[in-house]
Parts: sequence; C-alpha cells; structure tokens
Amino acid sequence: MAKVTFITNNNEAIVLEGTTGSVMALAVAHNVKGIDGDCGGVCSCATCHVHVKPEDMVKTGQASEIEMDMLELADNSNEYSRLCCRLELSDDLDGVVLTVAK
Amino acid sequence: MLHSKHNKKKCVIIGASHAGVNCAFALRKEGWQGEIILYDSDPELPYHRPPLSKTYLTSAPSDVLSPLKSADSYVREDIQLNLGLTVTAINAKEQNITLSNNTSQSYDTLVIATGARPIIPKIPGLADAKNVFQLRTAADVAGIRNALGSKPNKNVVVIGGGYIGLEIAASLKKIGASVTVLERENRILERVTAPEISDFFQTLHQKNGVDIFTHKNVTVVEKENNTVKVVCDDGSTFTADIIIVGVGIQVNTELAKQANIEIENGIKVDASARTSTKNIYALGDNTYHYNAHYKKYVRLESVQNAVDQAKVAAASICEKEVAYDTIPWFWSDQYDVKLQIVGLSNGYDNIVIRIEDKEQPCFSIWYFNGSVLLSVDAINNAKAYVMGTKFIKTNQLINKEKLADSSIEFKPANFITQ
Repeated sequence: MAKVTFITNNNEAIVLEGTTGSVMALAVAHNVKGIDGDCGGVCSCATCHVHVKPEDMVKTGQASEIEMDMLELADNSNEYSRLCCRLELSDDLDGVVLTVAK
Repeated sequence: MLHSKHNKKKCVIIGASHAGVNCAFALRKEGWQGEIILYDSDPELPYHRPPLSKTYLTSAPSDVLSPLKSADSYVREDIQLNLGLTVTAINAKEQNITLSNNTSQSYDTLVIATGARPIIPKIPGLADAKNVFQLRTAADVAGIRNALGSKPNKNVVVIGGGYIGLEIAASLKKIGASVTVLERENRILERVTAPEISDFFQTLHQKNGVDIFTHKNVTVVEKENNTVKVVCDDGSTFTADIIIVGVGIQVNTELAKQANIEIENGIKVDASARTSTKNIYALGDNTYHYNAHYKKYVRLESVQNAVDQAKVAAASICEKEVAYDTIPWFWSDQYDVKLQIVGLSNGYDNIVIRIEDKEQPCFSIWYFNGSVLLSVDAINNAKAYVMGTKFIKTNQLINKEKLADSSIEFKPANFITQ
C-alpha cells in the first residue's frame, strides 16, 4: 500500500492510496487534473509528467533513459521530473509527494 | 459569466472512445456549462484501445480494461454517458438524433466521433467459418481469449501483416499459440514503412517463432473437421483453429452520409473540426482533415489525432479561435521492441538509417523528400523520436552524412545545417 500526494496546478493537494498498477493509472482513476496518460501508460506521450519532491527522489529513483528522452518533449522538465506511468505503486513509494507539471 | 450563453445548450457526442470522451472532458475545461451527452454502442466503460492487441491480449482474463476516465469522473464533470445505445440517424434540419431504442435526442451542437471498423474481406467461406475474429473492441478480445480457452497452443492464422496483425501475432505467440501471418503484398507493413523496417520486424517475428509468409492472397476458407483450411492463390494451405483478420479498417461514415454531410475519404472537416453542416463537428479516425504542417488533407488512425482533434473541437464549440496543427505520432509494441513514429512518411524519396552501437536493436530511419525531413521511425530509440519531432516541427535542415554516422554523438547541434 502506498499513499501518494498529488499537488495540482491550482495548489490543491490530493492524497490517494493504491497497491498495484502505475501512479499514472491511480491519478487518472481519481481525475487528478493535468495527468492525462493519453497513451495508456506505455511511455509514448509524455502527458503524465510530475515533479518529485526533492527529498522523495530516494523513493522514486531517477528517470530511466527512455523517460529522460521523452521528457525532452515535455515543458518544464528538470532533474526531479518523472513520467508517472513509469512509477509502480509499492510500499517503497509510500508518502511520496508529486507536483503535477504545468 | 463568460460562457453563460452556453448554459442551456446541449452538446451531443456520438461515439465514446478516445475522440468522443476527450472532447467531452475538454468541453468542460473550456467552460461549456450546458449538457454534454455521450452515446456509444459498446457497453463497456470507455477504455484505451491500443493495449487490446498488446498487453490486454496477454494478460489474465480477470484483468480489467484500462479506462480512459474513471466512472466517477463522468459524474463529477456532469457528463451523461449512455452506453450500449446506438445512434441510428441524424436529422440535421431538426437538430436531433434517433437512437436504437426508438427515442430521439435534440442537440445544439453535434459531434460525430464514430471511428472505424475492421474490414472483413469477401473471401468465400470466411464469414461462415468458426472462430474468425477481428480486433477493435474489448468484446473482440474476449472472443479470442474464449476461443483459445485453457489450451492456448492452438493454430492461429492472422490474415494481414500490418501493425494490428503483427501485434496480435506477437501477443498470441507470447501466450503459447502457434501463429502464422499471411500478407498479400511482397513485404509486411508495405503501405506504412521503408523496407528496412519491414525486414526488421519480419526477422524479429521469425526469431520469436512466428511464421510470416508474404505474397499470400487468401482465396477461400474451407471447413475441415474441427479446424479450417486457409487456401491461398498459389495453392498453399494453412490449418487454423482460429483466424484473425487484420487487413485494415473502413470509416464509420454512414450516419454522416445519410445526413448529407460532405464525405471525402472520411468526414471532411475544417481546421476547427467542423463538418460541412452547421453545428455538426467530426473528430478522430473518421475524419478527412487538413494537416497544416504537411499542407495536405489526411485521414489518420491514431490516438494522437483523436485526442488532439477533440481538444480543438471543444475549444471551437466554445467559440474560441483554434486551428488543428500537429505533427502526427504513433507507436507499436511487439515483443520487447518499441517502435515510435513521428510524422508522415508519404512522398519520401530518400532515407537515412542510423544504427546505434548497442547490444539490443536500437536504430532509426529518417524519411526525407529531398532535404525536407518528413518522418522518423525509431526502434527502441526514444532519443531519435524526440529529436525527429523537434526537427520536423522546426523544418530543420539536417546534415545527413553526420546523422548516418553513429560515431557522432546523438545531439541535435551535431546534425544541424545552417
């Protein structure tokens, strides 16, 4: 079980819990604004871009090579950027805070 | 209020897949305050279609579809979702539609997002044969899974070596079926890619134990005890427990046609997704639309087109000035290979191949017309896909010799010609 906090563009904090699947799927299921997941979660569209709270990077790890490449298509990407279709829900992620990219 | 004049208006959307659903949600985002009513004959909560031929086909039967939006989202955004209902007619003059339950629904704005359906070729015996499937809907996948049953080691013949046929072949092979792909042309993916990509996928499938035969024009399907015999015009025959047909699609334009909306290789729409008939829009796979970058009318079968056109239509319906202007992109996943495509390669007259020095296949094909970059096919190479996207968008002139040389680091600055 992982508790995930999403901070949306209007500064609303949405706290969700999930056990399996991707963080993107969790966000879409709960209508988190700004997480579209147009490609369905196969790292093809870069529409699930989030910024990980810097101190939570230990929970998520760095973006993989394909993610880094795809993030070049996203606006405002930085060293805390992840595509959250690549983040699988697990105990390791519990408590993570993610800001939805603008 | 800015949009108070929309308060009592009704926007009716026919078709609740990628195009229709995204349009509904985009309408709310654009400030539409009137009713939004979606119809689809498919009874399932609208779902992502691309995984159907990929992960969904190989996952456990208990696995659920991945919904485009959660059921709650429709309630929250006050979008009426009517599933399992078919629209049978559009009355453009009276501004209403007729439904399969003999009721009617009026509209102020109508959106036609009816998509396409697979073509079933008129091959004698095919229509009557048992276990013949197409793949477009969740119900199609359920049918295939059911036919495979508990013993998936069945003989599957896939007619058609396009993306859908190849994805199905890869998925069914993965779960233990014996798969043969029959392609009519002289190579698979002939209509859509350069020969190098066709060769790559042909080899990939053969390595994974899928038989691919080209120049196979299926002429008849014959019953043979519990199986069927697929006969080709060169006399070759293939025994099948299951046949899957993936030879292309036809657009669902009947409703539009009957309402006298202009059709040309699809429903013809302008840059704001408006049809020739007042207050009626069309979007997604069924539209014949202008692509501003390539300066020509195209019809595209893709999620990107459905989603982006939906956003443009929603803004236009809310009286905002918008024009559809995107570079199309596509993807296909087969085995552990990821193909990403950006742009439209039609009309190319030369290509550049760049092969990265890596253990796993990693290369890209760059399609040019003269010096103009049209499109990129990237195999396990998101870098090439992303760089191609940027170059195409900016009409960047490229040094082809350097691009082809994989010893030159893959950075945009290294390939730019001033």
